[in-house]
Amino acid sequence: MFEGVPLSWFLVLSTIMFFVGVYGFLVRKNLITMLMSIELILNSVCINFVAFNKILYPDHMEGMFFTIFIIAVAAAEASVAIAIIINIYRRIVNIDVEKMNEMKY
Amino acid sequence: MFDFSYTIWIVLIPFFAFLLIGFLGHKFKPVVSGIVGSAGLFTSWILSIFTAYKYFFDVGKIDGVYQQIIGYHTLWLRFSDTLYIDMGVFIDPISVMMLIVVTTVSLMAHIYSTGYMKGEKGFMRFYASLSLFTFAMLGLVVATNIFQMYIFWELVGVSSYLLIGFYYERPSAVAASKKAFIVTRFADLGFLIGILLLSYYTGTFDFLTLTSPTGPAIGTPPTATFIGMSVMTWAMILIFMGGAGKSAMFPLHIWLPDAMEGPTPVSALIHAATMVVAGVYLVARMFPIYVTVPIALQVVAWVGAFSSLFAAVIACTQHDIKRVLAYSTMSQIGYMMCALGVSGMGGHEGLGYMASMFHLFTHAFFKALLFLCAGAIIHAVHSNYMYDMGGLRKFLPITHITFLIACLAIAGIPPFAGFYSKDEILVAAYHHDTALFAIEYIVAGLTAFYMFRLYFGIFWGKKQDYHHTPHDPPLSMTLPLIFLAFGAMFAGFVPFSALVTSDRLAFDIHTEWIIAIPSIVIAIVGIGVAYMMYLKPTQIPAKIARSMSGFYTASYNKFYIDQLYLFITKKIIFNNISRPIAWFDRHIVDGSMNGISYVTNQASDKIKGFQSGQLQQYAMVFVSGVIALALVFIYLWT
Repeated sequence: MFEGVPLSWFLVLSTIMFFVGVYGFLVRKNLITMLMSIELILNSVCINFVAFNKILYPDHMEGMFFTIFIIAVAAAEASVAIAIIINIYRRIVNIDVEKMNEMKY
Repeated sequence: MFDFSYTIWIVLIPFFAFLLIGFLGHKFKPVVSGIVGSAGLFTSWILSIFTAYKYFFDVGKIDGVYQQIIGYHTLWLRFSDTLYIDMGVFIDPISVMMLIVVTTVSLMAHIYSTGYMKGEKGFMRFYASLSLFTFAMLGLVVATNIFQMYIFWELVGVSSYLLIGFYYERPSAVAASKKAFIVTRFADLGFLIGILLLSYYTGTFDFLTLTSPTGPAIGTPPTATFIGMSVMTWAMILIFMGGAGKSAMFPLHIWLPDAMEGPTPVSALIHAATMVVAGVYLVARMFPIYVTVPIALQVVAWVGAFSSLFAAVIACTQHDIKRVLAYSTMSQIGYMMCALGVSGMGGHEGLGYMASMFHLFTHAFFKALLFLCAGAIIHAVHSNYMYDMGGLRKFLPITHITFLIACLAIAGIPPFAGFYSKDEILVAAYHHDTALFAIEYIVAGLTAFYMFRLYFGIFWGKKQDYHHTPHDPPLSMTLPLIFLAFGAMFAGFVPFSALVTSDRLAFDIHTEWIIAIPSIVIAIVGIGVAYMMYLKPTQIPAKIARSMSGFYTASYNKFYIDQLYLFITKKIIFNNISRPIAWFDRHIVDGSMNGISYVTNQASDKIKGFQSGQLQQYAMVFVSGVIALALVFIYLWT
């Protein structure tokens, strides 16, 4: 399906996704958006895994396994994170990350 | 072989009584603790008598030699195969004799206290401490090794401290208890060093091994020397220092007169009959080793002789009857020490050893009796001072008779107990060193004088105006007096030379009249002088006091030994050692620690803003760090 697409294209795509995710995590104040940014970072890693596996070692399957593993973990992590965020919202009726500075010196 | 393992209960019963009274006593009426303590001790007493009977007359002797038996034995603390501490019951003539002395006097003190301490606040505390003391003292006398002895040695120190400070609301009692504890602790420092020296060079704590003629201490003594004396001499002198502290020998005697702040039964039990003779017992226990180091034995003899003279002189000028008795105790213990010091090993050579143990035995009876009588007198007239007393013989007939018996016994008038033991000591001293004999001979006269000064002053002399008519104490108090009076009369007939001797073999003694008659004469002279001076109020004592006013004042002030101690501790040690050390501690040690904490505090104050609680700030730092590392790895890592 992707015959002839060079590896570097995939890497460029995943790098862009990764830094978009990092930028979003650092800049956006909404906790849900930050969670989405984390998903972006994780998925960029998944793309890398799949691309390397498909192009460099076509007769191995480890990259695929890891990707599925990451997807599963990410799903679990997202559910926990959303649960935490809902609790925070119930408590302070806000999900702005800058308001959540109780744990300091 | 007869099984002596039950003897452990002699020691343990008072301990259980202590636990019971100490933890549960407050749930019952005070009188219950008195009954529990006395009943427990009565059991111990019966067991001790039984043990003594079995040991001395039934199974103890094999081929004419009294055996040294380990009645009970357990490994208590094990450090390695060669270093371990045992606990057990050691049965030999002196320990069995001490069992009798301790349990008898303690039982009398327990019974007496039910009357004497009636209605006192802290009645239960008193009985708990008394039981603790008895436990510790019994553990001390049956110690199988020197370390067990040391442990119980400290325990008797603690219980003595508790009992001297019984009236803890009285500042003088608190001061006295502290003084007793600190002075004896100071002496015990020497004891501990002595133990460590001895066991380091011989490799054992065990008395049986230490005193065996072929053992590491006697058979093959260590050859090391230190400042011209063998290491064994040093060890034995240091161990004697512990004994001197406990037995109130000069110059470590200063705590004993002050210890009279405690209740009188305590003075009778601890500071007259049992604990203070622990030092004598210690030297007797190690005696086979002392014989091999003549210098140490010489020290024992001279310290004992000097203390006996010194205390006898002071006793002549004191007015507090308990203090007179305290100095008299010190003097009599000096006698015992001196007797040990002039003794040799085996047969008639070991006469001093036998005499010392004999005197310990008889002294326990008459001195406990004197103290208990003093308690009865104080109980009746509510004063400790001789000048508040006089003419009491009509009011206190039982006390009067028993006190007279005790005085005759301590003065050495035959056939009372003191005569026999004191006579043996004088004989032993005479055959060893005439100078020591002369000292002890003078002390015998002084003893008779100051005891009868007390007797005439209290029971004869001018009648005082008492607030209410003094009367004899209740039966619980007179019963022990009568019992002990019988002891003071008949204890001298115990054939000690057949029972308690240095080599545990019987030997023959006979009264040497060439010494006995002069000693009776000087005792009668002492009594006669006291009779002339104190039977009726006269001007003679005041005149004599004036004619040698310097000496009298010095003696009245106990030769300023207390002041000397205060001068040395307060002026010299505090100012020149303690204060600089305190300064160093406060400024250098504490200062550096405070400095470190101050710097840490300030530094963390400066950087604490870094932990802002802002999640994205942390993430920013983290990402910047990762990027910086990445740049380093890419461009600088070659």
